[in-house]
Amino acid sequence: MEKFTLTLKSVPAKSRRTTLCGVVSSGNLEVLVEPIGMEDACEIEVSTSAHGFRDIWEAVLNDFAKEHESGGLRLSINDAGATPAVVSLRLSQAFEIASGDAP
Amino acid sequence: MSYFEASARTRIRGLVDAGTFEEFCPPEMRQTSPHLARLNAPLSFDDGVAVGRARLSGHAILIAAQEGRFNGGSVGEVHGAKIRGLLDRALAERPSAVLLLIDSGGVRLHEANAGLIAISEIMRALLSVQAAGIPVFALVGGSCGAFGGMGIVTRLCNEVIMSEQGRLSLSGPEVIETVKGVEEFDSRDRALVWRVTGGKLRRAQGDATRLVEDSIPAFRNAAAELMERYRVHSLPEKSLTDLLADQERLACRNMQFSNARDGQEVWDATLSDSTHVPELSSEEFNQRLLER
Repeated sequence: MEKFTLTLKSVPAKSRRTTLCGVVSSGNLEVLVEPIGMEDACEIEVSTSAHGFRDIWEAVLNDFAKEHESGGLRLSINDAGATPAVVSLRLSQAFEIASGDAP
Repeated sequence: MSYFEASARTRIRGLVDAGTFEEFCPPEMRQTSPHLARLNAPLSFDDGVAVGRARLSGHAILIAAQEGRFNGGSVGEVHGAKIRGLLDRALAERPSAVLLLIDSGGVRLHEANAGLIAISEIMRALLSVQAAGIPVFALVGGSCGAFGGMGIVTRLCNEVIMSEQGRLSLSGPEVIETVKGVEEFDSRDRALVWRVTGGKLRRAQGDATRLVEDSIPAFRNAAAELMERYRVHSLPEKSLTDLLADQERLACRNMQFSNARDGQEVWDATLSDSTHVPELSSEEFNQRLLER
């Protein structure tokens, strides 16, 4: 497993519900969203079975932090080889649930 | 909504009364598998099972749901301990029933002995819960079915609610084919696999006590109805005579079908009309079973 943690600048999140989204299975991932004691940054912890793709992860996660008001959230990811598009969709889904826009 | 396609957590949400699920050992506690970590394999924050308390049609229940998509719903040390802990808790909380949403190929092979011990602990805990007069229901309708040790756990339950899509057996089709050869069982013949292990066969044989459509509300209604029945007629204690009668019935069944090669032969013997069985809705199937 390859593991790394990024702290990314982001606008403070409005709502901060703890939520789990997605399942760890081939080509898929789970995202655990939790509140943490920061305001203007989010912390993203990645654990992935696909080694050597940190650059792509950073690009996808930077886009996420820019597009979503996720300051004050910690996102923990368990990944089993999801493609960047799947990661991006799953992060958006997790964010929507955590901010109470989806069930 | 399809029960088969739903995740473990979606199944719980759809089954229980809205907003009543309270999870024990939730994902944020990160009770993950130490064995998978040592093997450097992907972890899941809930180790593939969600457990907790809730209400169903107002009845207090304890509920566990296995996630079939994480390592085939397999039972590792932590996964098993969560289910066993839930059953132990039933002795203290005395819920109306314990619901096990089983979706598992059995023991997690990565965890070998720890997984086997976990399964045997689940079995022992389940028997204690039943001995205390609390019924345990198995719900089987996921893609992994109920195999290996979880197949045995399923058959220990007081009620087994299945959909046609659910499967119940001991050795999985691929295992049988590997050990005994493709002439014995062709695991790629999906229609055969379902005729031999699927919900309609299990209901005809009496292993499943209810056959329902593949929808979360159908599973919910069946569970609610059974819970109401157990409220009125509390769990009967089984005497030695009852157990011997059960054993006799199973021995007869074994004799009757020992040469059967296909589920169709069981349907021929148990249904009023055994034509086009795979195409029947669960309601039509239940009707034919009743007419016999």
